[in-house]
Amino acid sequence: MAEGRVVGIDLGTTNSLVAYMEGDAPVVIPGVDGSNLVPSVVALDPVPADGGRPTVTVGNTARKALIETPERVIYSVKRLMGRGLSEIQEELKYFPFRLADDVQAGEVPRIQLGEMRFTPPEISAYILRQLKRNAERFFGSPVTQAVITVPAYFNDAQRQATKDAGRMAGLEVLRLVNEPTAAALAYGLDRAKEGTIAVYDLGGGTFDISILKLRDGIFEVQSTNGDTHLGGDDIDNLLLAIALDEINAEHGIDLRLHPSAVQAVRKAAIEAKIQLSSEPSASFDIELPNGDRYQRVIPRDVYELMIEPILERTAGPCKQALADAGITPESIDEVVMVGGSTRIPAVRQLVDDLFHLAPRGKKPHVELNPDEVVALGAAVQADILAGASKTTEEILLLDVTPLSLGIEALGGTVARIIQRNSTIPASATEHFTTGVDGQTNVAIHVVQGERELAENCRSLARFDLKGIPPMSAGLPRIEVKFLIDADGILRVTAREQRSGKAAEIEVKPTYGLTDEQVEGMILDSFDHAEEDFAKRLLIEARNEADTILAAVDRAPSNPAWKLLSSEEQAAIARAKAYLIAVSGAPDPRVIRAATLALDQATRRFAELLMDAAVSTAIRGKTMESAGEELGDAVTAPHPMAAAEFK
Amino acid sequence: MLNVLDSAVPVECWSCSIGQSTTTLFCPHCSKIQPPSGGNYFTVFSLTPHLNIDLAALETEFHRLSRKLHPDRFARATDQEKEWSLADTALLNDAYRTLKEPLRRTEYLLKLEGSEIGEEFAGKDKANPSRVPADLLEEVFELNMQLDEMRMARKVGEEDPALHASLTEAKNKFEAMVNDVDQDLRKEWTNWDQSDQTVRQSSQNKMVSLLDRRRYLSNLLRDVTETLGA
Repeated sequence: MAEGRVVGIDLGTTNSLVAYMEGDAPVVIPGVDGSNLVPSVVALDPVPADGGRPTVTVGNTARKALIETPERVIYSVKRLMGRGLSEIQEELKYFPFRLADDVQAGEVPRIQLGEMRFTPPEISAYILRQLKRNAERFFGSPVTQAVITVPAYFNDAQRQATKDAGRMAGLEVLRLVNEPTAAALAYGLDRAKEGTIAVYDLGGGTFDISILKLRDGIFEVQSTNGDTHLGGDDIDNLLLAIALDEINAEHGIDLRLHPSAVQAVRKAAIEAKIQLSSEPSASFDIELPNGDRYQRVIPRDVYELMIEPILERTAGPCKQALADAGITPESIDEVVMVGGSTRIPAVRQLVDDLFHLAPRGKKPHVELNPDEVVALGAAVQADILAGASKTTEEILLLDVTPLSLGIEALGGTVARIIQRNSTIPASATEHFTTGVDGQTNVAIHVVQGERELAENCRSLARFDLKGIPPMSAGLPRIEVKFLIDADGILRVTAREQRSGKAAEIEVKPTYGLTDEQVEGMILDSFDHAEEDFAKRLLIEARNEADTILAAVDRAPSNPAWKLLSSEEQAAIARAKAYLIAVSGAPDPRVIRAATLALDQATRRFAELLMDAAVSTAIRGKTMESAGEELGDAVTAPHPMAAAEFK
Repeated sequence: MLNVLDSAVPVECWSCSIGQSTTTLFCPHCSKIQPPSGGNYFTVFSLTPHLNIDLAALETEFHRLSRKLHPDRFARATDQEKEWSLADTALLNDAYRTLKEPLRRTEYLLKLEGSEIGEEFAGKDKANPSRVPADLLEEVFELNMQLDEMRMARKVGEEDPALHASLTEAKNKFEAMVNDVDQDLRKEWTNWDQSDQTVRQSSQNKMVSLLDRRRYLSNLLRDVTETLGA
């Protein structure tokens, strides 16, 4: 039954998740550390002593490296996906990463990470591979097919880059689903209803608004709008910039020259932001390199004034989406809130105002965890695609293309051929001819965007129609079919009609990798092989067993051990002996069951350790940050081993 | 004109090999998806070309066909079926988008009947936009002067209330004209739907000039609205 499972993946700016359909409800699959969220952070471990290729780590482990080795860590890579050199340079002003110094114009920019260089899709592939592994560990069987979500406002290049990342991670991407649409699916599943809903999705780095009409299980997107450059990151960057400026002014220290200090301040800024969603104020207290302290209290009303310009930027896209759908705010029956940034009370107030909710006795929907709702919806879509499920057989998503597709015409103007908010798949057919006698090539420049001039739109690709039979100027009639597929990605085919010859098209994507490049970046092809997969599961299971056995060996020397009853100690000894006995077994499931049994037996001991740890080593920290420090290393999967963490 | 369809017309179902007399997206015998073949946006919905369309029925049919054709239903099918599903659904979506919207529907039908009209003709020739309708010559001249004046005033940060009022008045007037055009178009729809070939030809010509007039007015309105709202 596990055969051919399709998972749903939310590849987020800040966090990523993988979910699947368990019976008739979507469920998030936790990682080894028990956490549903995998931080979208990728780190390069130090070069091994034997000089081999350094290991790449993902998630909480990678995030920890952010303070110690910031030059070997990358986060928020989603912001760099499908972008060109100049855009990335602009982006990097706000992040501590740097471009590889051998970057050439016209190729996909690579980021320098320690001594290695990676394209953004490769970084994303590492995150996807981690999610894939989490799912495989959970199911105990290979996972090769997935639905991945993208911001609705992602353009062609950003979508293609995401698909490329999937392929590099060994995943067949059955569909790219727009994040707000996925969220609507997650909410709409258990209620057979009709109406018009707006999905307001403010995540870490992107903002989307989508308006959908629900009828008979059909989710028909009416319009979508957004900003692929707007999110919680902007708030972090703002708070960070203010703090750095103040530190410089008050203490005469330019922390911008100290990457790891900047990361410490960024961490404090993020904590302050989170605190300000529930508390009336938050405070910074940071020790500076010269021993001074930077202390600052931010009351919520001041904070709200500071972030108002950022939040206000979501209003324009909302109004445009309403106008494009041809409706007024009053026609919106429900508003669904998605993305961690919608926890900010000022955001909820703004949404309330935009859609006139309070006067109509309505409230935005926040019942589902805003961090998980997109992944849950992706799991629903995965189930739809897998077919043969009663729960989802009546559901169908009809999404739209967020941006108009056009061709550069004479004088640099744009001739639109597919309007934005057209239901996809969508197509358009255009005819081209030659301007000179005997001309055998015609170049077509395809752009995406709403501006009048091609130079202000996003260049998608230059198509070179070749092999046109030599004829008098104006005589050839080349029919070119542009088709936007269900993933929102453009495909082009051409045919010379007078000769009936299929014209050869050479596509030069303005941004993006060629097929061969993607092929060369596939992370580890052995992931596909069943045998190697089993081997990996076995190695992982043995590692987990070794970790807990080592912790149990150390246990009697801990004062907490004496607090256990003799029965409890005996139970642990039995479970330990059993695990040792089976740890050489060839079946990873047997080892994992024994590991789990030992983990169960030591639960009370772990709790005692936790109490002791909380009261000493991590006193004064919130449970959240304690949890963060406690249970994230892959080698420390059990509460007990985790509690040993110093 | 319409090359939305592949020219290859299969005579028999690729799956069950039973021949088909009419164009269809599914084999009537084995229900397998078929590649798009001859026909137009109206035949996709099993309609004859006409202009007064029952939109609710169109939507219901669109949903019914989407459920059967959409690529989501073929995620694990053969590559060939995937391709056909994609092509068929694109055709269905293009057809629905065109037919549900009154102006696009009218333009489409006129093109189907051989008239040269539509955005592709206006849009491709930006240097020479639609001719100014004779009855509007004077007004348009006056309006363009005012628009220039307004833009100049804006540039130096001034605002002339009288000019603003005058432009607003012009805007309302052109909006009313657009409404009149729409009403006339609707009359012609019924005329076309109910008539024989000779009457249809004259009705078509009327619609072509109404659409030209409408496009001209809309462009004008857009300029006025942009200038007022800037």
